[in-house]
Amino acid sequence: MLPDVPEPAIEVHELEKRYGDVEAVRGLSFSVDRGEVLGLLGPNGAGKTTTVEILEGYRDRTAGEVSVLGHDPADAPLELRRRVGIVLQSAGFYPRVTVAEALRHFAGYYPEPRDADETIALVGLQDSADVRVNRLSGGQQRRLDLALALVGDPELVFLDEPTTGFDPAARRTAWDVVRRLRELGKTVLLTTHYLDEAQELSDRVAIVKDGRIVAEGPPRELIGVKAPYRITYELNGRRAEHETDDPTELLHRLTSEALERGERLENLHVTRPSLEEVYLDLTREPE
Amino acid sequence: MLHQLRFERMLFRRNPSAAFFNFVLPLVLLLLVASVFADEHDELEILIPGIAGMSVMATTFTALAFNMTFLREQGILKRIHGVPIRPRDYLAGVVGSAVINAVVQVVLVFAIGKLAYGVDLPDEPAAVLVYAVVGVASFAALGIAFSHAIPNFDAAGAYTNAVFLPVIFISGVFYSSDELPTALEVIGTALPLKHVIDGLAGDGFGAGLAVVVGWGVLGAILAVRHFRWD
Repeated sequence: MLPDVPEPAIEVHELEKRYGDVEAVRGLSFSVDRGEVLGLLGPNGAGKTTTVEILEGYRDRTAGEVSVLGHDPADAPLELRRRVGIVLQSAGFYPRVTVAEALRHFAGYYPEPRDADETIALVGLQDSADVRVNRLSGGQQRRLDLALALVGDPELVFLDEPTTGFDPAARRTAWDVVRRLRELGKTVLLTTHYLDEAQELSDRVAIVKDGRIVAEGPPRELIGVKAPYRITYELNGRRAEHETDDPTELLHRLTSEALERGERLENLHVTRPSLEEVYLDLTREPE
Repeated sequence: MLHQLRFERMLFRRNPSAAFFNFVLPLVLLLLVASVFADEHDELEILIPGIAGMSVMATTFTALAFNMTFLREQGILKRIHGVPIRPRDYLAGVVGSAVINAVVQVVLVFAIGKLAYGVDLPDEPAAVLVYAVVGVASFAALGIAFSHAIPNFDAAGAYTNAVFLPVIFISGVFYSSDELPTALEVIGTALPLKHVIDGLAGDGFGAGLAVVVGWGVLGAILAVRHFRWD
């Protein structure tokens, strides 16, 4: 092994999880490099949360190998939890403490925490620092979740559907926080069922369906592999559509031919399908 | 652990209803019942350690069964599981806070007994101390173990009272357990509270200590074995 290549932050190999007769995760493999943001995207019940909770050390696995920052999370080592921040899908908090007290207390669990006030500002809760948790709005509580996960200044952050229940402003803030984490060189594993969120934030997206990964790659490539460019126009009132991997050439040919004939291509468009179309195509139930 | 303990103390101060039930209610009961027996010194000598024993159970068993159910249901335990604190340090902080309440309460009860009603402090102070410590530890373990059986926070009151109320009635809190029907006396003798009360009354060391320790060990095993973070 080359000494200069750091091992991935997360490695998952042939992971399986069975609940009784239900196979929630069926041989799932992926890895996340250090400093990378990976988005696990998939419909509800695809096995995203189960996978993340195994990586966080909340659940044991039926089979497969898992490594998080070089540790097996099933052993729940203290050393690992010092370096990881977790945003759970739903977890309450002591209702009668204020935001600032909560952050100061959680900072005390970590050897080198981020400053509590700075963390509060990072998630945009500075105006609510002295508000008790039970008086916060739903969106503010989710911001608090984010702050509590970041106050330990973790290397690796798990975000399980971090913006579900967010109002649009809180969503923007959360997105900015994730971008900031990437700038700081943190590794992020994000699960979401919002396509725009995965596309916007992730270096790579892995689409999960029925406990398996059905497609994986940078959002751009994922779109490119599955779907070519599409050129549409109207000619003499009739709509025409072409698909191509090389729009430059095709466009040149179409427009030259039209000019030679003295015609105009009305309503000319060059489009690529969105990640949404790729996603819907991959996760569609067989009919 | 100290970090957690300080935080737990703050949580306790923030919760006036918990503070009320833990501190004020046993004292109100003490004053009410004591006013009935104000001239009967023998009865007061039974009542004061009885209330002290009841306070031990209320501040540890009942309070922890409530608390752990709430923390589990709210997902707070799950969150704690994700931060770098050893489970034993966390539980030590939570239990330590309950122990402080128990100690304060027992001291208050004996102080009121002495100052307001002239009931002498119990003999055998070493035995009193040992029974207090062992009783607090046992009831704390049993409280956490019992929280595993409580399905949700709404049911916590019913579950804890279903245990707490019968136990205080057959363990000689308000009257000597010698006056109970034999069957109830036997049950009371098999349970820990009666022995804690006898110990706090200054009866010295005895076989009862083994009963309290036995319940404590059982509670600790169940508390650990069935512990769930969510």
